[in-house]
Amino acid sequence: MQEVFFYVFAALTLGFGFLVVANPFSRDPVTRAMCLVLTILSLAGLFVLLEAYFLAAVQVLVSAGAVMVLFLFVIMLLDVGAEQRRRAGRAMTVMAVASVLALGGVFARALAGTRLPAVSAGGAGMAGDVEAMGEMLLTRYLVPLEATGLVLLVAMVGVVLLGRKDLK
Amino acid sequence: MTAGLEHYLGVSALLFGLGLVGVLLRGNLILMYLSLELMLNAASLALVAFDRFNGTRNGQILVFFIITVAAAEVAVGLALLVALYRKRQTAQVEDLTGMKL
Repeated sequence: MQEVFFYVFAALTLGFGFLVVANPFSRDPVTRAMCLVLTILSLAGLFVLLEAYFLAAVQVLVSAGAVMVLFLFVIMLLDVGAEQRRRAGRAMTVMAVASVLALGGVFARALAGTRLPAVSAGGAGMAGDVEAMGEMLLTRYLVPLEATGLVLLVAMVGVVLLGRKDLK
Repeated sequence: MTAGLEHYLGVSALLFGLGLVGVLLRGNLILMYLSLELMLNAASLALVAFDRFNGTRNGQILVFFIITVAAAEVAVGLALLVALYRKRQTAQVEDLTGMKL
């Protein structure tokens, strides 16, 4: 059962990811953004299979919800419209594919040369997951948590400053 | 046969490659940014998978921080894009040649 779900979610993730990068049906940026939402939702499904229930919920709420709303808002605000067909040059395409293949080679080599751990004992279940994450966040990872809060505050101030009309 | 760590890492690598192709081949800054998000999520998937198969939770904490910082980064990046669009009326990389020698 689990592996069926894995293959379903993996196929959905990769399929929608492909539609984000190269959509043969539509050139509308809004469609691409919606495909990215679906990719992120399928990834949340994979997170559930990996027993990361809390992260799956956060992924849906923050990445698929808040962040993508921001993306769609800016796309519509700027009125990007259908992407002008300024084709990437042949040399550029060849170099892009070559670099991706090189990166894939590095990944494949690293995977082939490593002994991967088999699956370990299961997690603590759905309720225990959130409990354990919260306890770790507020004890061992308290300083990073506070630092992240500071990062969010600085980002908010920066965005307000950048959004001013009379930006120097 | 159940899905092992290498399956998840394979999905993650493919997704990362897709995002990289998007960043390299798209000319529109917003579409490049969307592909960048794809790469970020691929990295998160690899981290969660490693975490699960090693039986710890440190990777999940790291992904939690990644998601938080990514949200801040998207807000700042999109604000920069809007400011740029106001000044130059364009979101195409080919038009942004101010730093070219």
